[in-house]
Amino acid sequence: MLDKVIFFFFAGVAILSAALMVTRRNAIHSAIFLITTLLATAGIFLQLRAEFLFIAQIILYVGGIMVLFIFVIMLVNLDVALHQIQFSRQKWVALLVTLALAAEVGVMLWSSRGIPGQGFLLPNAAPASQLPANTEALAGRLFDAYLLPFEIASVLLLVAMVGAVVMAKKRT
Amino acid sequence: MSPTLHAVIAFLQTWWVELVSGVVIVAVVPLITGYMVLMERKLMADMQARLGPMRVGPHGLLQPIADAVKLLIKEDIIPDDADKMVFWLAPVVSMTAALTAMAGIAFGPAFEVARDINVGLLFIVGVSSLGLFGIVLGGWASNSHYSIMGALRSTAQLVSYETAAGLALVSGLLMAGTLNIRAIVDAQYSSGVWFGFLTPVAFFIYAVASIAETNRAPFDLPEAESELVAGYMTEYSGFRWACYFLGEYANMIVVGAVATTLFLGGWLRPFPRVHWLNWLDAVPALFTAAVGVYCALRAGKQPVRVQVWFMWAVALACFAVALILAVPLAVAPLKFMVPGLNGAFWFLLKITGYIYLFMWLRFTLPRYRFDQLMHLGWYILIPLAIVNVLAVGVAMILEMEYGWNRWLALIVTTILTLATALFLLRLNDKRAAAATSAVPPEGPATEDSYAG
Repeated sequence: MLDKVIFFFFAGVAILSAALMVTRRNAIHSAIFLITTLLATAGIFLQLRAEFLFIAQIILYVGGIMVLFIFVIMLVNLDVALHQIQFSRQKWVALLVTLALAAEVGVMLWSSRGIPGQGFLLPNAAPASQLPANTEALAGRLFDAYLLPFEIASVLLLVAMVGAVVMAKKRT
Repeated sequence: MSPTLHAVIAFLQTWWVELVSGVVIVAVVPLITGYMVLMERKLMADMQARLGPMRVGPHGLLQPIADAVKLLIKEDIIPDDADKMVFWLAPVVSMTAALTAMAGIAFGPAFEVARDINVGLLFIVGVSSLGLFGIVLGGWASNSHYSIMGALRSTAQLVSYETAAGLALVSGLLMAGTLNIRAIVDAQYSSGVWFGFLTPVAFFIYAVASIAETNRAPFDLPEAESELVAGYMTEYSGFRWACYFLGEYANMIVVGAVATTLFLGGWLRPFPRVHWLNWLDAVPALFTAAVGVYCALRAGKQPVRVQVWFMWAVALACFAVALILAVPLAVAPLKFMVPGLNGAFWFLLKITGYIYLFMWLRFTLPRYRFDQLMHLGWYILIPLAIVNVLAVGVAMILEMEYGWNRWLALIVTTILTLATALFLLRLNDKRAAAATSAVPPEGPATEDSYAG
């Protein structure tokens, strides 16, 4: 009962603020609603007992990336440009993409219906006390089973960082 | 109706501790914040050979309450061109983030709101970093140049120093091996020494970075009053301004609690495993009793009758607390309360010491220039923190795989880190010298103060 209330609260906030994010004309307002969406998603992670994902979402997306977004929005005066290009009327393309996405999600839910415990409703999830500690479990998977992909992703990020520094450096 | 009522009752039965703790945080932290401001003003006065607030209550003890009332009944001004919604939202975000982060702190083994969350320390750090949005959005919504300059500075500063602080925390967490607050303190108990002594470099980096994160002097660039009026708070007044202030001081408590938990042994007393020092368990009761005795002695010297009574009331409150702390020590059936009460005392004492350090630095050091701040963060603290993480990792490997003594391993790696620090400083000096010789003295504008 309580679980459902919490889930629908977070899901509702996420969807509502995602819609508002798209429709606001002011870039800062859009950013605020994007932050709300990300926080609500973090709440859903927490409800799924993925504590590490919850806090990683808050620290990285909300505390890091969105701060830089707002920083850039404040530095660059986007008002004029945004009002011209924001509501471009590509209705038919948008409708097509939305329909395709909806069909995809529908097919996924439909096909996962038969698998026990894998459908979109989990009737008997394991109680929280029986789950392994989330951070440790995640670290075990990342640094044990998926070490190579993890390291490749790290190197990729490092390359991007070094590249950004090189490009931003003054040429003398 | 009835099932709903039952559900509500079941809910309350399960969660009443958390609910009460939440209410206590929201109710008590503003009061504590007020008295922190009083403490700061008194300390500043003491260091400048003044008396500080003396009028309201004995030795100004009621000044915070008078200030709070003043702020609440002050006119609330919203600039005409401000973005109303964001202007209203920003101080609330700032305050909420700081108070929410407090839910993750454990004030002693018995006082925890979010009990045993798996990512405890990260929760505190991550949620308190959301307070940045209050500053940025407030600065933007005010539609004023000073405000937006303060907000931009604040963003750059906090993003830079959060990296350094996070890496410093990683060094400490490597030794604890967990993010759970209780487990971190237990790790320090079983290793018999606070992690601050094992990784002094990480503790130092965290201390510096946490001053920058709470926008305190000497890093109070976002609200530098001689340059930016009041930075992001320029257009705020009355209750909204009080919200910002509350958030800022609550954030000091939060960073103090993080530093205490990870580097200063949390709620452990000094030397928790040395048995002939067990008399230290009586220190909390004796300390509060001594404060009460001092207040009682001073009571006769107050100039006004009301102030004499008030001083006696303070003395009696101290005696009551001392009694509460002392009774479990003496009465055997109440022994189980000793760790909880004493733990809370030591934890609060350590946080107070940390905040005292902040205030001391504020009255001692002049404010940094913005490019100096950025240089310190990006050229010294972050490389040093990275090297320190590597060094602590190497020390752990030496200890676990090759059987080195823990102290030996850590001393060797700390010396290596410090050598790196010296190297970085020399590099920085060279860079500064090159910059001054390259730039003609009349053209300082080539310095990009937001670089990084």
